[in-house]
Amino acid sequence: MYKIESKNVDFFYGASQALKNINLAIKPNTVTALIGPSGCGKSTYLRLFNRMNDLIDNTKIGGQVLIDGDDIYAKGVNVDSLRKEVGMVFQKPNPFPKTIFENVAYGLRVNGITDKKFIEERVEETIKQVVLWDEVKDKLKKSAFELSGGQQQRLCIARALAIQPSIVLMDEPTSALDPISTSKVEELIYELKAKYTIVIVTHNMQQAGRVSDTTAFFYMGELVEYDNTKTIFTNPKVERTQNYITGRFG
Amino acid sequence: MSHLDIELQQLKAETIKMWTLVNLQLSKAKEALLKLDKDLAREVILGERRVNAWELKIDRDCENIFALFNPVAVDLRFVLAVLKINNNLERTGDIAESIAKFVINVDTDFDKKLLEITRAVEMYDGALFMMEEVLEAFDKLDTALARKAFQQDEILDDINVKVNTVIADYIKNHPENIEPPLYLISVIRKLERVGDQAKNMAEEIIFYIEAKVLKHRSKAEKKKE
Repeated sequence: MYKIESKNVDFFYGASQALKNINLAIKPNTVTALIGPSGCGKSTYLRLFNRMNDLIDNTKIGGQVLIDGDDIYAKGVNVDSLRKEVGMVFQKPNPFPKTIFENVAYGLRVNGITDKKFIEERVEETIKQVVLWDEVKDKLKKSAFELSGGQQQRLCIARALAIQPSIVLMDEPTSALDPISTSKVEELIYELKAKYTIVIVTHNMQQAGRVSDTTAFFYMGELVEYDNTKTIFTNPKVERTQNYITGRFG
Repeated sequence: MSHLDIELQQLKAETIKMWTLVNLQLSKAKEALLKLDKDLAREVILGERRVNAWELKIDRDCENIFALFNPVAVDLRFVLAVLKINNNLERTGDIAESIAKFVINVDTDFDKKLLEITRAVEMYDGALFMMEEVLEAFDKLDTALARKAFQQDEILDDINVKVNTVIADYIKNHPENIEPPLYLISVIRKLERVGDQAKNMAEEIIFYIEAKVLKHRSKAEKKKE
């Protein structure tokens, strides 16, 4: 059983088609990297999985996106429940203007949880999960903005994990981070795979190689090649993929 | 052309230079053997230092490309293939040197009939031909030519297997002259190794261009691929 499946997915911004007939299936507890040049549709594709594109006017989707076998664009789907299931981390760390503790507790509170002890335990557990606890345990009441960029990004990952999603989407999560923070986030992705299904958009080819099990190469709204990451980076089947990953594009 | 392309082209040019040098070493060692020319043999031994210097340079260049460019796919296969071909070439250079040492050590009254009956010259020509053909395959990215090395290697193997009987017979008939045939058998063994090195390099070229791994495959399997 696949965790995420897209069947004949088309996507339009107004009259402009951003995705063309995308068929792709992702197994649970894997990391899938979406790569491709800017404007190829990879971020658009990623944002389909938690219906983030719904927030943009004048967009249209065709085909089906299934999570755990259910069409998430079917009538009657509760988008809030979907987003609890599918967490997201963005390119720039975007903590809320709140304390470190409240950033992680936020998702729990908006989901109606009021049990103080439960919230405290979950916050601690989640911050430990992103390997940030030792760095912030003495300043949980301080503003999240006091943290470094790398720490803020791990905090944002903790915020996404606190509500216990089963899928985590990451849109270039380390592009604003230094190499040390990048490596911490990559280590984290590798560890999180045991509990979550992760889809990551990245412009960093080496990062795709290091963290992902499968890689999908997009170009001009089409899925050009999707295979094991090892195959993509050693012997891609499509010449266009090879030209892209070896930097001989265009 | 990208910076990486320039580096890869340079690496290829260096590998071809080293390969040409090794082939020259082998040819000179052959001439020294046929003429028992000890001066030429000494030249080969001196030339081995240049082969070793090339090996170190190519190793270092491969290391730099890995570290600085993180090559992937066909680029990665190319650098990996060059790294291994470099090693094969260095060993082939060692073989030329050891044949030259044999020429220096052997008595000048060496019975040249031995070269004929053991088919040593034929074998030597075959080994040189393989080295030239595989080099051309590398230069022109011609995997069909690289594959020819597999058949050629079988001829060398055949001569190598049959030489035991020939040498045994010679020793029986010339019990007073045992050392030269024994030396020669070691030359034959070395030439058989040259064939193996050339075959290994042909396999690396196929790996680089077609991404197929032919190492440790049977002859029948290789023909199918």
